[in-house]
Amino acid sequence: MAPRKSTKKPNVSAEELKAYYRDMLLIRRFEEKAGQLYGMGLIGGFCHLYIGQEAVVVGLEAAAEEGDKRITSYRDHGHMLACGMDPNGVMAELTGREGGYSKGKGGSMHMFSKEKHFYGGHGIVAAQVPLGAGLAFSDKYKENDRVTFTYFGDGAANQGQVYESYNMAELWMLPVIFVIENNQYAMGTSTKRSTMSPSYWERGASYGIPGEEVDGMDVLAVKAAGEKAVAHCRAGKGPYILEIKTYRYRGHSMSDPAKYRTREEVQKMRDERDPIENVRSLLLTGKHASEEDLKAIDKEIKEIVNESAEFAKTSPEPALDELWTDIYATEVPQEA
Amino acid sequence: MATEILMPALSPTMEEGTLAKWLVKEGDTVSSGDIMAEIETDKATMEFEAVDEGIVGKILVAEGSEGVKVNTAIAILLEEGESADDIDTSTSAPEAASAADAVNEVAPAASEAPAPAPAPAAPQTDTSPDWPEGTTLKEQTVREALRDGMAEEMRRDDSVFLMGEEVAEYQGAYKISQGMLDEFGAKRVIDTPITEHGFAGIATGAAFGGLRPIVEFMTFNFAMQAIDQIINSAAKTLYMSGGQMGAPMVFRGPNGAAARVGAQHSQDYAAWYMQVPGLKVAMPYSASDYKGLMKTAIRDPNPVIFLENEILYGRSFDVPDMEDYTVPFGKARIWRTGTDVTIVSFGIGIQYALAAADQLAEDGISAEVIDLRTLRPMDTGSIIKSVMKTNRCVTVEEGWPQGSVGNYISSVIMQEAFDYLDAPVINCTGKDVPMPYAANLEKLALVTTDEVIAAVKQVTYK
Repeated sequence: MAPRKSTKKPNVSAEELKAYYRDMLLIRRFEEKAGQLYGMGLIGGFCHLYIGQEAVVVGLEAAAEEGDKRITSYRDHGHMLACGMDPNGVMAELTGREGGYSKGKGGSMHMFSKEKHFYGGHGIVAAQVPLGAGLAFSDKYKENDRVTFTYFGDGAANQGQVYESYNMAELWMLPVIFVIENNQYAMGTSTKRSTMSPSYWERGASYGIPGEEVDGMDVLAVKAAGEKAVAHCRAGKGPYILEIKTYRYRGHSMSDPAKYRTREEVQKMRDERDPIENVRSLLLTGKHASEEDLKAIDKEIKEIVNESAEFAKTSPEPALDELWTDIYATEVPQEA
Repeated sequence: MATEILMPALSPTMEEGTLAKWLVKEGDTVSSGDIMAEIETDKATMEFEAVDEGIVGKILVAEGSEGVKVNTAIAILLEEGESADDIDTSTSAPEAASAADAVNEVAPAASEAPAPAPAPAAPQTDTSPDWPEGTTLKEQTVREALRDGMAEEMRRDDSVFLMGEEVAEYQGAYKISQGMLDEFGAKRVIDTPITEHGFAGIATGAAFGGLRPIVEFMTFNFAMQAIDQIINSAAKTLYMSGGQMGAPMVFRGPNGAAARVGAQHSQDYAAWYMQVPGLKVAMPYSASDYKGLMKTAIRDPNPVIFLENEILYGRSFDVPDMEDYTVPFGKARIWRTGTDVTIVSFGIGIQYALAAADQLAEDGISAEVIDLRTLRPMDTGSIIKSVMKTNRCVTVEEGWPQGSVGNYISSVIMQEAFDYLDAPVINCTGKDVPMPYAANLEKLALVTTDEVIAAVKQVTYK
């Protein structure tokens, strides 16, 4: 099927387009593998897959610069891979092993990377929103021009602390992009059943925060919107809201039978709007890549994902004394 | 009939104030709502209005008088037709005399206050070597000591900032941050909207980002709106990130009962926060500990809950005049040594413990009083050491009885010093009720010195 036309098509090189394809495919295949490992009992607890939403993080990471920060909720594997975290470390955290980003102590919902400026991975719906505004506060305080991407879903968008954060972010002109990943379902409750004000980005207007709705199945549209938002923040104009319309193909978590929507609805999105197929078509029809080129990428991704699964299975469980570490940071030496 | 105008209480915890300025003079006619005087409390300068109409017959307390106790007669209001000569001096004279006394007297704080129990005189014995012998001491209120502690750390480290409701332009709802906006500017002393959940989260994010926030809650009662951010975000992130990042920050503000503010403003959260791994919890009593522990809290690379007490803010104590005075976490202070019973407390509970110890001494019972100062880490070693000597223990706190700090201390003593105990440990706590408003009921709901004395007599079989 033909890819849907993006309204704002940025100039993008064939290499960049291929990179987006690759990055989105990595997330898709990684998540499929995580689903498998969950089924095998290697991953426990909650595991929220990002399949279908890949264009959101890949598009926004394309608009980010070194040193920019990101923070999100519990549906976080895609964000971590998109910002360059090591798939081995992410998968090993999912299996609760020593080689995981949190040494196995965080799990799917609680992963962090100081090196990649990824601040989690938060399991309490919307708690990451003021935290993200606070990260932006720290950059403003330090007088650098960094920007923080604060991701949350349409479910979180009804939490009070989101609006407390909007108010202070605009009051203090914090360089934060509030990214609402609207996948249309807060667990099993559709947006139609949870609000009479379904245009989430418009709620920012009450606080003086500009924003826009973005087609989240189109990585180029996401990138273009991201660049606009980043420019706004870096120019010292305060926060910006991006409501990115997306869709998750899988259930809310691995244990969700997804009875609240029809199989046909999901299949229709997959057939007509898939973000990866969208870029694949662009690459092929524009003759930016051949079938062979894409097969090579597919093969590379498959190898990376298999390796991460292998690492996650073979990395040892954390040593038992890890139970007692990282509760308190070591004392800062006091000056005499 | 002539009526006395009394020194008003202008805050729940005001015990005395300065009559800064009279805006009327003798002979003036006033009507209800007219501003009669300016009265300075330890928190603010307030205008004081007439509630009746009449003629100012006599001004009993001159402007500029300091330490005028609440309910002292400060002026006489006459009705139409009366003259100042009609004033029945037999009733007003003693009042005036006592007012004069009050002005001159540096009374022990709260001796006539609406506070729940009389404050003890400053204890004679301080066996704790918190400062080197020979150090010059200066008298400071808890309020001043707290501010100095914060200000010193802000001078020392640019990444430290203060955020909260009314901390900047208003100079602090309880005047803790007085003068800090002037010194540090609006970038580092930040007024927030009334939005505890939001600003606690923003401050925690700022700490993740490398700053060292001090968050002032106007009271810890309001921090319940923010407790998810305090516990789930600030306390747990270091662990969840495998040690990669955490929240070096301080959450501070008044905790527990003030006076007559009812159930929603009078809860002691010591036991709640003490339970959480990842948090450190300080709850000091004296001004020197407020200062020294605040400086330690700000330097600590972990989230610290700093539980203050509104009634203590105006109390004065000796504070060492040192360039950099800090008090380590996890080290109890022995306020007085004793041989017959160990009384363990913290925060304002120490006032009951010390008052009880004074009275028990008169009955020949020698009590050792231990001030924990920090509840996490808790210096259980000092408690055990003391109980091994005295064989008896009473704990004192204002919080509720079920799941109290005292319950935990009792279990530690049972496990570590069971064979030394000659009596069951008794936990003196606040009563198991929401705080009532009525003065008599509030007094009943709080722990009292008499209850501590009774508990000591019970464990010593006296």
